Amino acid sequence: MTLGTTVTPLSSYRNETPYPFCPGCGHGPILDHLNAALVKLALDPRQVVLVSDIGCSGLSDQYFATSAFHGLHGRSITYATGIKLARPDLKVIVVMGDGGTGIGGAHLLSAARRNIGVTVLVFNNFNFGMTGGQHSTTTPQGAVTSTTPGGNLERPLDICATVAANGAGFVWRGTSFDKDLADRIAEAVRAECFALLDIWELCTAYFVASNQASRKTLATTLDQLGLKAGLLHREEYPEYSAAYRAESERVRGKALAGPRALEPRFRATLDRPFRLVIAGSAGGKVRSAARLVAEAAMLSGLWAAQRDDYPITVKTGHSLSELVLAPTEIRYTGVTRPDAMIVVSDEGLAKCGRQLAAMTAEDRLFALPAFASAKTKARVTTIDPTRSTLKIGGGRLVLYCATLALRELGFLPIEALEAAATRNPEFADENLATIGAALAAGTG
Amino acid sequence: MREFIDGSTAIVRGALDAGCTFFAGYPITPASPILMHILRELPKVGGVAIQAEDEIASIGMCIGATLSGSRAMTATSGPGLSLYSENIGLAIMGEVPLVIVDVQRLGPATGGATTVGQGDVQFVRWGTGGGYPVIALAPSTVAECYSLTRRAFDLAERFRCPVFLLTDKELDMTSVTVETESYERPPVRARAVLAAPVARAAPVAGAAPVASATRGANAAPAVIANPPPYRYEPADGVSPLAQYGGDVLVRFTGSTHDERALITKAPSKVAALNEHLRAKIEQHADEIELVELDQDSGARTLLVSYGVTAGAMHEAVARLRAAGRAVSALVVKSLWPVPERALRTALLDVDRVVVGELNHGQYRREVERLAPGLEVRGVNRVDGELITPEQFMEAAR
Repeated sequence: MTLGTTVTPLSSYRNETPYPFCPGCGHGPILDHLNAALVKLALDPRQVVLVSDIGCSGLSDQYFATSAFHGLHGRSITYATGIKLARPDLKVIVVMGDGGTGIGGAHLLSAARRNIGVTVLVFNNFNFGMTGGQHSTTTPQGAVTSTTPGGNLERPLDICATVAANGAGFVWRGTSFDKDLADRIAEAVRAECFALLDIWELCTAYFVASNQASRKTLATTLDQLGLKAGLLHREEYPEYSAAYRAESERVRGKALAGPRALEPRFRATLDRPFRLVIAGSAGGKVRSAARLVAEAAMLSGLWAAQRDDYPITVKTGHSLSELVLAPTEIRYTGVTRPDAMIVVSDEGLAKCGRQLAAMTAEDRLFALPAFASAKTKARVTTIDPTRSTLKIGGGRLVLYCATLALRELGFLPIEALEAAATRNPEFADENLATIGAALAAGTG
Repeated sequence: MREFIDGSTAIVRGALDAGCTFFAGYPITPASPILMHILRELPKVGGVAIQAEDEIASIGMCIGATLSGSRAMTATSGPGLSLYSENIGLAIMGEVPLVIVDVQRLGPATGGATTVGQGDVQFVRWGTGGGYPVIALAPSTVAECYSLTRRAFDLAERFRCPVFLLTDKELDMTSVTVETESYERPPVRARAVLAAPVARAAPVAGAAPVASATRGANAAPAVIANPPPYRYEPADGVSPLAQYGGDVLVRFTGSTHDERALITKAPSKVAALNEHLRAKIEQHADEIELVELDQDSGARTLLVSYGVTAGAMHEAVARLRAAGRAVSALVVKSLWPVPERALRTALLDVDRVVVGELNHGQYRREVERLAPGLEVRGVNRVDGELITPEQFMEAAR
């Protein structure tokens, strides 16, 4: 988007509103450094989106003359990601507390792994300052907070090591007292990668009072935890929103998936809805064979519906396809009593007992010899693929049976099934061979 | 021309034709086909589609992208919708146009992942804290999956709010024959975007002073004309959307805010915001209303249904009429707000109403509310099977 006027940078990206933070709180100084960084970067304020999390640091965006987003606790990185994906040209800066790294931990990891180009400033004061000084992911072991009255038992999260090990392009740790903080923030924003600055600071309302914390103890805590400060990690590899666009270029402008016409070329002789159930096993190409039958019906001028049922594990258990074929539009796709059923496996048989029981002498069951004695009143026709000269393996079995069932049922020409079977050139030969083998061998 | 197509494919096509440019989703049966399909399509038109780390991130990314100029959609099922909950509230509060597809499956919890259900009807209505109105459409055919997706994108812009498209496993994953000429193509309006006034606005509090290079080095700083992103007068009015990266500064917040999107506790401002969020939808319910009424003269019984269940109802109506029974039928396609005007019309002159749905009677209570003195029967099923035409016929007897 082009802007109406050429804009030169501001002398300050702060607005007139004074900060609301407690005396001695590190938030104000960090925000002053952020302001100084923005001045250094000389950005159009409309090209900067300050995304704030929840907590005292979540108030931050209100004191800036840039664009701003203030959303839900822990989710700031998700909004920032959406903004960057939609508008890679914008500078997106997330301001979050240490609390956000807990509740939003999954987003922190994923954003690092994507190397999405947002800059995350963690205002890390080791506790929840807004809600009463509760412990957070970064509270040191032994520290007293309102929810760890006997001292914290949990190990603190090493935010920097976590994101550095998982793909972040720029990782820095320091404190709100660091003179070079503005420079480091500016570097991070310029880096156009997932950049995180873990900025340690004091919560004078709670953490300082409960733990005699001071500027000096920030340093000793660092030593005690064996952590380092400064630029901890720098790595250059493609930023996600840029990589996505580069990847998209390969398909840009290609035709969208449109309707695939199935115009009638054959004639069916069906004057009422016909319900056909194919009962087999997952992985046995039940659905693809059923689809060929549906397409054959459509090529014969019928309307079709195909409802599939299978367990969530896809390659094991039953696979059932229920087809409704009709001379007019089908509004109800359920099948209580099939007009015909094809049974090719134990798993399929076990799943359709109710439908088999509902069938009457007018209905037809097409079954492999092993299932020909299934409990049903339907007229049974046995299909024995061993009669075929072609070896009918698992992948061909359902189409083999469907071919013979359709020939027996007689309401649509086999040529329609052959036409459907050759629509996908990849499987045309195999399908035609299967259909031909079935027709040659016949039922019985 | 005829094609063989399922609801998922129709929804994606509807979204693309409606101008969708952003999609984020997380895998969940039975909504995954939408995610997998649109991931391949959106890059072709310069859009962005991403599998997010979870459902919270999915809707969060959609909200961020919408405010950056995208038209966004996400799709999930009941368990995922639970995780959307807090951000649905954010989209309502921040007035973010967004299409949320809920492909219902049998609940609660993990429930039946590959099993049909219609148990999220009241959930989408009350799915976030606060109790503010939302819009929910429910296609009853695959062709309507296409047309109502378009309609959802249009309504999202019209009312600046999340719009739900409530479908289910059977509708989305069952392939049917569709005449391509039968797809209705409701218009989808362009987004109204907040722009800086052409005439230079007087400096306003909070606006950033900017030196304009076009005015010479010694000129006084210009001001980024920054009209307020929200308006609450009149209460039912909808203001244009302020987008990031345009010619205005944008403030967005999920906290209770004034017209400038600044956090406030002033009761008059708080009341104005909250009344606005209610009035903009409820006062325009008639604009959203969408039903299909099939009235039979002299019928004393009205069958009511929505979504996939309407298929069995149509079949039942055809059979009852073939047997000489007069019966009327109503398919509700805009579930929320309740199409009260249309329902009241349909309820005139009938003694008995039959409401069929794949839950324990969630929409029946809305019908009962509008049908004092009438006998209202439910046809309900929660065993993972579709309601049959016979069940409707039995209830209509």
